[in-house]
Amino acid sequence: MRLEMNLYGARAIYMYEMARTGRTLLQSIVSPVISTSLYFVVFGAAIGSRISYIEGVPYGAFIVPGLIMLMLLTQSVMNASFGIYFPRFVGTIYEILSAPVSAFEIVLGYVGAAATKSIVLGLIILATSELFVPVRIAHPAWMLTFLVLTALSFSLLGFILGLWADGFEKLQIVPLLIITPLTFLGGTFYSTSVLPQPWRTVTLFNPLVYLISGFRWSFFNIADVHVGISLAMTLLFLATCLAIVWWFFKTGYRLKN
Amino acid sequence: MTHAIAISHLSKTYGSGFQALKDVSLDIRHGEIFALLGPNGAGKTTLINVVCGIVIPSAGTVTVGGHDIVKDYRAARSLIGLVPQELTTDAFETPPATMRLSRGLFGKPANPAVIEKVLKELSLWDKRDSRIMTLSGGMKRRVLIAKALAHEPQILFLDEPSAGVDVALRKDMWQLVRALRASGVTIILTTHYIEEAEDMADRVGVINKGELIVVEEKAELMRKLGRKQLILELRERLDAMPAALAGHGLSLAADGMQLVYTYDTKGETTGITTLLDQVRNAGVRFKDLQTRQSSLEDIFVGLVRQR
Repeated sequence: MRLEMNLYGARAIYMYEMARTGRTLLQSIVSPVISTSLYFVVFGAAIGSRISYIEGVPYGAFIVPGLIMLMLLTQSVMNASFGIYFPRFVGTIYEILSAPVSAFEIVLGYVGAAATKSIVLGLIILATSELFVPVRIAHPAWMLTFLVLTALSFSLLGFILGLWADGFEKLQIVPLLIITPLTFLGGTFYSTSVLPQPWRTVTLFNPLVYLISGFRWSFFNIADVHVGISLAMTLLFLATCLAIVWWFFKTGYRLKN
Repeated sequence: MTHAIAISHLSKTYGSGFQALKDVSLDIRHGEIFALLGPNGAGKTTLINVVCGIVIPSAGTVTVGGHDIVKDYRAARSLIGLVPQELTTDAFETPPATMRLSRGLFGKPANPAVIEKVLKELSLWDKRDSRIMTLSGGMKRRVLIAKALAHEPQILFLDEPSAGVDVALRKDMWQLVRALRASGVTIILTTHYIEEAEDMADRVGVINKGELIVVEEKAELMRKLGRKQLILELRERLDAMPAALAGHGLSLAADGMQLVYTYDTKGETTGITTLLDQVRNAGVRFKDLQTRQSSLEDIFVGLVRQR
């Protein structure tokens, strides 16, 4: 088989999806920024005035990585799932299926666009945080690495969700009922080390603990679990999502009869 | 010479157990307009969707321009433009935006000149800044055609193009189809309107219940469709055909109570006057007469029965 790629195809999907963001700027960018600001007001100002420091980091700054992760995860999943679910729902998917594009190029276009949006959003939220608290970043390169890997993984997860869902309810359920609670329970607003046993051990089964911990480490050099483990878990999660997407396309799952 | 499309022993059984296509073999010639006729649910759309890569075949092979649609799907699909039956459009986009997506998907670099040309040909240029959702049904149909033409395909599929389309658009559309054919594009269209096939097609295929029952030059099929029957209801039963009436293509029906004469309405003469004279001369008396034109459905049923 010839090794060839339809980069025009991947690019067309990517540009098309990015244009969709431009059209829905309010819900894509503005509303997450507003809700992040609210979190700062509530958690940073109200609670932060009672908890001054966690492991030597001012509480207001401590929650920044967690907040970025919270938005990154939910927005990645929602953007990517909607991006592929909508054409399935209205029927325009016929064109993607009949085009000379491979599964890889389709994923590259859709997931690439969703991840790009999330990364931009993450950076916007980081900039917004700067308005409330001074944030220092100990390892900027690692910070970006975790940001990109997480955005990619959860955009892939969203893509899987968008292929699996057979109704708008299911699209909503995963971000609302799974991602948001796991993020809250994964140490967004606290260090898991403050939890009593057995809860501390239970949190280790929450994959998001590793993402948040690794991301926070890149800011403050403090972590709930070793950063190597965080990175390994993130990559494992990414690989799992890739495997599922690959299987979907191989079998035509929910795409082709 | 390879065919534009070569379909060989193609079958499709859906997950539900429904067999939509049964051992279909069909060659589409380069540059022809081929009309696929059949009642609803006959398998027309399934056949198109298999060729275009939207439905996975259960058995058989298809090549497009000599390229296998599975092994060499990129080369095969690049040649095809598909106008689907359903009006599924990107509601929030403008026509040029959705065409740019189509063109990119089919592996072609952006080319505003092509987009402009197609939009003008389809009288969509004035609507280039309108969101598709604000366009009328006929305009949406044009957008779908524009999307299919955005990558300058060599083969164009039109699945029920005249469904819900007014006379003016239908005329425009057929003019465009003829112009495309003149530029060398092969066109396959499905319809259940026999007049459309009669106007447009070079060859016609009839599909029913997943089986391709006939593929013929249009002229030949029209001759069959042009057949009529004259039925004479007799006063008295005939046990056998009277010798005087033999050799006219007459047959006895309804236990000898009917004489049936089949004739060609497109022929120079129908022979009815002569026949009736001879019937009277033979002393056969009839109480009523009726004529019946074989409908498309009759032909379907007849063809299916022959198998």
